[in-house]
Amino acid sequence: MSDTNVQEMEKPEFYLREEHHPEESTMIGFWLYLMSDCLIFAVLFATHAVLGRNYAAGPSPADLFDLQLVAINTAMLLFSSITYGFAMLEMERGRQKSTLVWLAITGVFGAIFIGLELYEFIHLIHEGAGPSRSAFLSSFFTLVGTHGLHVTFGLVWLVTLMVQVSIHGLIPANRRRLMCLSMFWHFLDVVWIGVFSFVYLMGVLG
Amino acid sequence: MQYPVKLIRLLILLLPALYLSGCNMVVMSPSGDIATQQRDLIVISTILMLIIIIPVILLTLFFAWHYRRSNTTAKYDPDWHHSLRLEVVIWSAPLAIIIALGAVTWISTHKLDPYRPLDRLDAARPVPADVKPITVQVVALDWKWLFFYPDQGIATVNELAAPVDVPINFRITSSSVMNSFYIPALAGQIYAMPGMETKLHAVINKPGEYDGFSANYSGDGFSHMRFKFHGLSKEDFDQWLANAKSRGTALNRDAYLKLEKPSEKEPVRYFASTDPGLYEAILNMCAAPGKMCMNEMMHIDMMGGGGKESADNRARLEYDNRHAKDGGTAATFPASGTAPRDDEKPTDSQPHDGSHVPNQLHN
Amino acid sequence: MSFDSDLLRFVFGRLTLEAIPYHEPILVATFIAVALGGAALFALITYYKKWGYLWHEWLTSVDHKKIGIMYIILALIMLLRGFSDAVMMRIQQAIAFNGAEGYLPPHHYDQVFTAHGVIMIFFMAMPFVTGLMNLVVPLQIGARDVSFPFLNNFSFWMTAAGAVIIMISLFVGEFARTGWLAYPPLSGADYSAGVGVDYYIWGLQVAGVGTTLSGINLIATILKMRAPGMTMMKMPVFTWTSLCTNVLIVASFPVLTATLALLSLDRYVGTNFFTNDLGGNPMMYVNLIWIWGHPEVYILILPAFGIFSEVVATFCGKRLFGYASMVYATVVITILSYIVWLHHFFTMGSGASVNSFFGITTMIISIPTGAKMFNWLFTMYRGRIRFEVPMLWTIGFMVTFVIGGMTGVLLAVPPADFVLHNSLFLIAHFHNVIIGGVVFGLMAGVVYWFPKAFGFKLDPFWGKMSFWFWLTGFYFAFMPLYVLGLMGVTRRVSQFEDPSLQIWFVIAAFGALLIGIGILSFLIQLFVSFRRRNELLDLTGDPWDGRTLEWATSSPPPDYNFAFTPVVHDHDSWWDMKKRGYERPTEGFLPIHMPKNTGAGIILGGISVVLAFAIIWYIWWLAAVSFIAMLAVAIGHTFNYKRDFYIPVEEVIETENKRTTLLAGQV
Repeated sequence: MSDTNVQEMEKPEFYLREEHHPEESTMIGFWLYLMSDCLIFAVLFATHAVLGRNYAAGPSPADLFDLQLVAINTAMLLFSSITYGFAMLEMERGRQKSTLVWLAITGVFGAIFIGLELYEFIHLIHEGAGPSRSAFLSSFFTLVGTHGLHVTFGLVWLVTLMVQVSIHGLIPANRRRLMCLSMFWHFLDVVWIGVFSFVYLMGVLG
Repeated sequence: MQYPVKLIRLLILLLPALYLSGCNMVVMSPSGDIATQQRDLIVISTILMLIIIIPVILLTLFFAWHYRRSNTTAKYDPDWHHSLRLEVVIWSAPLAIIIALGAVTWISTHKLDPYRPLDRLDAARPVPADVKPITVQVVALDWKWLFFYPDQGIATVNELAAPVDVPINFRITSSSVMNSFYIPALAGQIYAMPGMETKLHAVINKPGEYDGFSANYSGDGFSHMRFKFHGLSKEDFDQWLANAKSRGTALNRDAYLKLEKPSEKEPVRYFASTDPGLYEAILNMCAAPGKMCMNEMMHIDMMGGGGKESADNRARLEYDNRHAKDGGTAATFPASGTAPRDDEKPTDSQPHDGSHVPNQLHN
Repeated sequence: MSFDSDLLRFVFGRLTLEAIPYHEPILVATFIAVALGGAALFALITYYKKWGYLWHEWLTSVDHKKIGIMYIILALIMLLRGFSDAVMMRIQQAIAFNGAEGYLPPHHYDQVFTAHGVIMIFFMAMPFVTGLMNLVVPLQIGARDVSFPFLNNFSFWMTAAGAVIIMISLFVGEFARTGWLAYPPLSGADYSAGVGVDYYIWGLQVAGVGTTLSGINLIATILKMRAPGMTMMKMPVFTWTSLCTNVLIVASFPVLTATLALLSLDRYVGTNFFTNDLGGNPMMYVNLIWIWGHPEVYILILPAFGIFSEVVATFCGKRLFGYASMVYATVVITILSYIVWLHHFFTMGSGASVNSFFGITTMIISIPTGAKMFNWLFTMYRGRIRFEVPMLWTIGFMVTFVIGGMTGVLLAVPPADFVLHNSLFLIAHFHNVIIGGVVFGLMAGVVYWFPKAFGFKLDPFWGKMSFWFWLTGFYFAFMPLYVLGLMGVTRRVSQFEDPSLQIWFVIAAFGALLIGIGILSFLIQLFVSFRRRNELLDLTGDPWDGRTLEWATSSPPPDYNFAFTPVVHDHDSWWDMKKRGYERPTEGFLPIHMPKNTGAGIILGGISVVLAFAIIWYIWWLAAVSFIAMLAVAIGHTFNYKRDFYIPVEEVIETENKRTTLLAGQV
């Protein structure tokens, strides 16, 4: 293509005379991380698809799941996503205090979600339907539990960020971090919708 | 045109000569029709690929030598880096080979599917209508082979025999871990997996003694998990059966459970009779008393599970086919020779449930 | 009595004195050698007062070049360990005939072949590849560093921590006896109750974190940090193959992580994913592990392809033939590598149509690979080839790799695979492509980029020795294995009955000896080159008359790589600059914004080792403590907002003026 130009030996500028500012890569980096996390969930979903009906002559989803409880739980997580959205809107407006308040509300919803999930798990284990009862329960506990661990980690992160925002304010570094956690939080919401419909609804109804 | 054909013919003639002179390449000179067809496939594929491989190697060496820096007479063209015509050739040449090879693959994979019953004894003879195939049920144990002959009612350990030119239907499973059932002279291998059954159809065309073994690593005794396969004439096979019947003992469940325990370098053994349904029980992992069979479990699961009040099903479904609980040689420390979890297992019927910290504390 | 043993159990978990293999002479000797070597190294560093230098300039460094070099050092150390395993196997197989049991009993031999596979793939090839990418990619795209310099340091230490965990298994307890992919049910708690598989799992999990994060880092770097003007289709081929490799890493390592996590749940919590009983499905593990495992093969080979592309173009003094088709071939291989995994277990009985599908997709990969081969071939055509050491490796690769490719396609024909699967033919095949492809590529890369990293070239005589011993050693070591495979000999067997096999094993052992001399020659090469470094000095920064941007800066490059970011106008931008008469700016320098070093990476890596060790040995209190410590350090690290600084303009001017003088002296 450029071979013809070469003959003319024109001398373009070969060096950038000012400081080169490449585009910010945090967002794409974090996005890539989320995709890799998504693959972990994909494996767990696939595992559940393969093992989800291997009850080992034991209880099935219809015997175990309390859809009402799960619906409440789902609502908690969805609410928390909305309130995180409000926090981000407040951040855009530069209002530190109300950002923190919305983050705190998000945290409360998240904590309720985790609490209800733990209640469900303990209840199941008491009924003799623990993760070692059957392959179905192994994959159920692992898939739901992995999601729960992510939410727990998100809560730790949330608290850390709230402390950091109250120390340093809404500086660019903190805004970037809040954006990352926002992506993470919504990502977990999307995964949970998959869990709710694929594991609980299809488990009980299908 | 004539020349390459001749060359290929020469190569084909040369290959077996090479094997015979050097060593016994059983894969390249097998004695069963399936293995023979697999051998032919290897030769054909290799020749197809050599059409492209040999020129590439020769060109590499020639270019390297011809365009060396000290050869100033060779043309130097530092900006030549694109040629549509050449690009078309370098993509389509491998493509052509792969199309040919892909067709060969599709056809041969279906023809040589181990699950497909045989339709010929060898290239010249179809399976005669009056020949009834012989069935052998194969169980890979730690670390020996158990063969059931359901139609003849006998069983053997570490020795397999079959009459020449009679199709053999293998049904293959394993008691504990994955193995692979392989007799190179007879046919390609297939995995032997616990709780599952794989199939293999094959025929032996020449009488003789051949090697069989596990081709998938399965633990300590794996190296010696070998057996002899005898291709016998009709009369010799009958005699072999009679011998097994007269010398052998009975293989009942107790005898099987003793046999199932891990052991190495087991001598050949014959069983004159076998418990009915023993192979099916092994296949369904319920040879030990009190265990629930996998097919029963799968039936319950299909009907929607066993409900909440099914705790006793769980214990019935915990298989211990390496007999770790009664002191078999499960995996051990190299130094101590004891299994680190040995002390937990017999005392605690559900050793891994929930929290594991307490398990560490009681002794 | 009971109280004491309960207390001991609480404090030490299942770790007892018996776990120390003090009555295994081989291990004791190894331990003494390692301990003496370690003590000597420790003493030397202390004597020369280099601890501070080591800590500030290397261990805590976020400079991609130094991290790359540390990766490669790790890889070389692990190469020695993995090669020792190989030699032990070769000796055992050469002598264990006619009832002789050899010197390695099965429980030892089985650990050796497992360790060999695990170490060579995860702790030799992977760090080597990642190290070269780290070292070279930012330079090739004209960047100051990678996108996330701290993450890079952390990734390295996680990889190193994984290697340390694997090495501990040599002296405390045992390693897995399952083969390098640890198929269940054999690797489950019922059949491998000891710590071996747990070492395996945690070693890989910890290293896997590093690998995945470094993959993310390099993708972001390549996508976002390129010099102005360097469009995707003007990137150097090594950068392209690195991009594809890192895409493969990010899109496949999480599968490994998840799969191993399920296996560890089976072992620790008693779940039933891969067990025989209670509805588990061991076949699922085999599928999942190969969904990671096949892309892994291309993770290793693609960067090697990139190295060969750079080397061929440079030493033929000619632009790479068919750049565009090279890029497309790489991308096609990247995508196809996800739909071939089942060819690793045709013998599971998946049915003819499934088997043929995966067989044919596998063969299709050989089309872009073949096209690449021709591209290198036609780059040599009408070139002016300088037979420097990297070029020798490249030609050795081209001749050797096509043989491995051919046997690979052969194994992709399912009925042929039925007779060759798990045989020594298979072993010969994948060593043929991994040694003939990956290792030769890495060796070419090391010799090629060594002057860039250290400022002096490697001694060519010992380089040639190393090449020729490796090459002939490879053929002696692995051609007999092809023959043995056709004789129906299967892998992982430690004792043999048929005496006619022995001669082939003896030849193979001889080959291993030759490879050993090749490795030794390489080490001598490093030593000799260091001694003669003043004669081998690379003052220009462009010792090979290179074509890509890494040769545009000094050797070794300054911390900031480029005082002014280069602007790219064509492929082979450095060649383009040289041809069109670039002028190196000598004034107008600016202060340069750089990331600060941090110790968080090495501390987190260290805690990971403790955490993994505690979990492996069921020392739960220690696991809890180290987990909390890890969390605290990680969170503490996020409270550090002062992560960057400016290199003052005076320092830049001084560095650049030195280079100006140096370059003037060269003309």
